[in-house]
Amino acid sequence: MASRSLTTQRQLFVAFLRIGLLGFGGGPSMIPLVRAEAVTRYSWMTDDDFGDVLAIGNTLPGPIATKMAGYIGYRVGGTLGCVNAVLAVILPCIVAMALLLGVFTRFRDQRWIQGMSEGVVPVVMIMMAQLTWDFFQKSRLALGWIATLVMGIVAGGLIYGLGVHPGLVIGALLIAALMRPEPKRKTPDAPPPETGS
Amino acid sequence: MIYWDLFLAFFIPNIIGYGGGPAIIPLIENEVVGHYGWMTSQQFAETLALGNTLPSPIATKMAGYIGYEVGGLGGSLVATFATVAPSLLLMLVALGTLYRYRESIKVKSMSQWVRPVIMVLMAYLTWSFLSEGAAGAGWLHTAIIGLASALLLWRFRCHPVWAVLLGLVYGGLLLG
Repeated sequence: MASRSLTTQRQLFVAFLRIGLLGFGGGPSMIPLVRAEAVTRYSWMTDDDFGDVLAIGNTLPGPIATKMAGYIGYRVGGTLGCVNAVLAVILPCIVAMALLLGVFTRFRDQRWIQGMSEGVVPVVMIMMAQLTWDFFQKSRLALGWIATLVMGIVAGGLIYGLGVHPGLVIGALLIAALMRPEPKRKTPDAPPPETGS
Repeated sequence: MIYWDLFLAFFIPNIIGYGGGPAIIPLIENEVVGHYGWMTSQQFAETLALGNTLPSPIATKMAGYIGYEVGGLGGSLVATFATVAPSLLLMLVALGTLYRYRESIKVKSMSQWVRPVIMVLMAYLTWSFLSEGAAGAGWLHTAIIGLASALLLWRFRCHPVWAVLLGLVYGGLLLG
């Protein structure tokens, strides 16, 4: 029993280490990798289960990859499995990033390092513009572009015009969403398979 | 109390940042650069750029690194914990309930209504990186690097690594 659970922990660690190291492009790009390990390679769960867990993970805030790792780890190997899987997915890249930026900071006085640091700002600006556009598109598809722009302008006015903390604006919206009455009571059984991105 | 500040700075963005990893970037910037002043806007941009060249979720990389910068190893652990633990615990504890209500209009509205706000925060961050770039590298260089990386990312669909490398090489050679 002890050796079996040790094997399980080792498998969890290796699986999520692989996911963490191959998941270029951030959280959502890792979902197919998680599926390949948890469903295809190790058969920890069925494809349907995986779809359900993904759908539920998407209703919660925060990064999706660590939620998936933690949940699958817990299901397969208990609390230890949960901690194990989360660490395997995040730790190597945090260490790599600290090393990379550590070297960068050490030579900060060099003029060419200063130049590199300035040269990268416009690139990040473009990435941020891309994300802004992505969120506009997603929002337009769900709410329509008029509601998106009105909500955006009001939120922008509150946050940047009146100096309201963005957490308060978002918190108020979340509470308003929770107060929203259900239109018609549908039976929650037999849910159609729905997976967000 | 630096650990408590770090915890809050990463807990709040992660508990309200509906829309996956990238949604929390402007919220974290608001805390780390705007509220606590732990980093300048340019340092934040560097962290984001180098973070994008490595695999795994951007949120935990940002938390681990910024936490380390501000509070050493302990700070790194606190910030990462604040990023990962709350929504994961919620998921483990309330899986059944969440499953039952995942089709509910309340739950759907929660993630849909937050998006326009995140969009505005991202637009503002785009603007502040633009003016930051213009103040540091100058308008001309900012325009050249911006256009080149837009071409790489949007037209040729290259991986972000190449755009970041382009910015680093261009900056090292021409802006030093």
